[in-house]
Formats: sequence, structure tokens, C-alpha cells
Amino acid sequence: MKQKGGAGVLDHVLIAKVCMLAGKIMLESGAETYRVENTMNRIAAAFGLDNAQSYATPTGINFSADFADVTNFTRIENRSTDLHKIAEVNSISRDITAGNVTINQALARLNNVDKKQLTFPYWVQIMAAAFVSGSFSFMFGGDWPDFIPAFLAGGIGYAVMLGAARLIEINFIAHFVASLFIGLLSMLFIATDFGMHLDKIIIGAVMPLVPGLHITNAVRDLMAGHLVAGVSKGVESVLTAFAIGAGIAVVFAF
Amino acid sequence: MIIAQLITSFMAAAGFGVLFNAPRRALVLCGLVGMSGWILYYILSSGGMDVVPATVFGAILAGMLSQFCAKMFKMPVIIISVSGIIPLVPGGVAYDAMRHFVENDYYTAVQLSAKVMLLAGAIAIGLMFSEVANQLMTKIRSKKTEV
Repeated sequence: MKQKGGAGVLDHVLIAKVCMLAGKIMLESGAETYRVENTMNRIAAAFGLDNAQSYATPTGINFSADFADVTNFTRIENRSTDLHKIAEVNSISRDITAGNVTINQALARLNNVDKKQLTFPYWVQIMAAAFVSGSFSFMFGGDWPDFIPAFLAGGIGYAVMLGAARLIEINFIAHFVASLFIGLLSMLFIATDFGMHLDKIIIGAVMPLVPGLHITNAVRDLMAGHLVAGVSKGVESVLTAFAIGAGIAVVFAF
Repeated sequence: MIIAQLITSFMAAAGFGVLFNAPRRALVLCGLVGMSGWILYYILSSGGMDVVPATVFGAILAGMLSQFCAKMFKMPVIIISVSGIIPLVPGGVAYDAMRHFVENDYYTAVQLSAKVMLLAGAIAIGLMFSEVANQLMTKIRSKKTEV
């Protein structure tokens, strides 16, 4: 059910606000840009704006209510991966297109999602990273004796990454420091005959840091025709991969 | 051997679900989808198939299952598919490539980097295929009901 009728100037502003907030939350949570634009257009159409224009890049959103209307802009500062928020925004947008919520309710719910801290506690994340590392070292052809060293190195490496990301604003450095730690720990484990294959331990331990989501998102954005977003995300993930590689390389160099 | 692969790939995919902060109720789904994709890849590649097509098939299976689960549990596809394809991500090859770069063995390093690109493309193509297949199915179905 569309909420049509004489949408005044104020309504346009409000609708634009809802659309841009939804887009901002999704982009900050790591959604693909084509999905973000799709959601914004759907919300706008549900509120009666049939010619709404949205343009999302990983670092900013443009939105205008009509072809010749004023254009609004939002800057995207922090990008992380938070699938829970994407799911929340998705359910709100479903409710909007179904006509179940008014615009003010939608705005309130979006504001609520934006402020909410939905992430798992740090110790759960670190444990998960440790299990991921151990599992990957086995899946990539390691033996069971490699499981525990990779488990430890991966968990500690991820903890270091979280800590470094708090101290240093630059993502690149946090990944570099974390993989440096992983390399050193793995060398130490092998030197003390704890674990068998150095390569498998390092690969497993590094996996929680690898930007797998960004790489696939970048390729999917490219295939969907979002060239700017695809290329910039691809560069971001290559940079992260390079930081990880450099951290390990420093260990090997000595 | 296969059972150990099943368990570890489940843990890896579900663990990545936690790292990506997937909703709690989706974690088991993430693990199961990741496990299925990886096992198909594992069986195909250990049966002698090249890793690139094996990755495409693994990603298609993971993508199809994600589409299916997303419809059943009313979630965006990305939530399940992202963790589902994680076991297929060529982290090991990327690491090998980097290591050869560091050791000044550029020939091998460039070869391995090309392989990483192909594997990442293979995952994306697999996901794309499953999405297109899903769209075709819904279109065909809606046409049938119209007639």
C-alpha cells in the first residue's frame, strides 16, 4: 500500500532522511552498493517518490527526491562488517514497503538500529577467530598437531588486531601488526617443536584477518555495473591483503 | 577424513559468522551452507578436477543454498552467503603468492597471484549463477500463475 498524496516540502526532507539513514547504516555495515541503492529506491517508492535518484559509493551517498530536486549528501566514515545491522535495516525496509509503519516510526527504528551496539563481546569474537584459524589450518592440508598452534596464533593475532585498531585509526597498520605477531608466534611454535607445518599454521592463523568479504563484494559490485564502488573496494581489499602479507614477510626476512 | 573436513569447515564458516556479526539465529545456517560448499569443492578437487571449476561448483552450491535459506527464514541473502563462501576463499594461495614475492621468486609469485584472481572470480561467478538461477525461477513461476 503506497502512502501517496500531496507530499509537501517537509515530507520530501523526511523521506530523504529515512532513505539516507538506511543507506548509511547499510554501507557502514558492509553491504554491497547495488543493494544499498536498491533499498533506498524501494523505500522512496513506498513513500510515493517514484523518480528518486540514489548514488552510493563506499565513502558517501547522494540522494535526491526527484530528477531536478535538491541533492542530499552523507559521508560514510567508518566501514566494518556487521551483518546483524544489515538484517535489521532489511526488515525495516520490508515493513515500509508493506505499508506497516509510518515515516516517523521508520525513522525512529532506524535511529535505534544506528545507535545500537549489536556486536558479539570481544572474548566471543576472539574465540571464534581461534576456532576459524585451527579449522583452516586443517582444511588447507595441515595435520591435527597443527590445530592447536594455529588456534593459539589466530586467537592472539585477532586480539592484537582488535587492540591495535583501538589505538591506531589506520586499518592497514592494525592488520600489519597483527600478522607480524602471528608470524612471530608461528615461528616460535615451530622452533619449540609445537606443530609441524609452518605454512599451514600461518595460513590458518591469518584467515580471520583476510578481507574475503570485501573481495567478493567488490567483484559482485563490478558485475552489477557499479564500477566506481567495485574498483575502490577492490583496492581497499588488496591494500589489506598487502598489509597482512607484509607483516608475515617481515618475519620471514629475518 | 571427510568427517574431519565436515567438522572443520562447519566451524570455520560459523566462526566467520560470529566475526561478521551475523544474527544469532543465522549462525548454524552459515555453518551448514559453508560446509556443503566446501565438501563439494573438496570431493571434486580431490577427485582430480582443477581447483577453479571446483570452486565455481562449490560457490554455486553455497549460493543456491543461501538463496533457499534466505527465502525460508526471511533474511537478506548476503547474511548467509558471505559466511557460506568463506571456506572457498583462496587464502592459502594468496599467502603462497606473497611468500614467493618475499623470497624474490617472482615467476612463481605472479603465477600464484593470477590463480588467486581466478579463484576470487570463480567464487563471484558461482554466486552470480545462483542469483540468476533464482531470479529466473521466480520469473517463470510468476508467469505460470499469471497464465
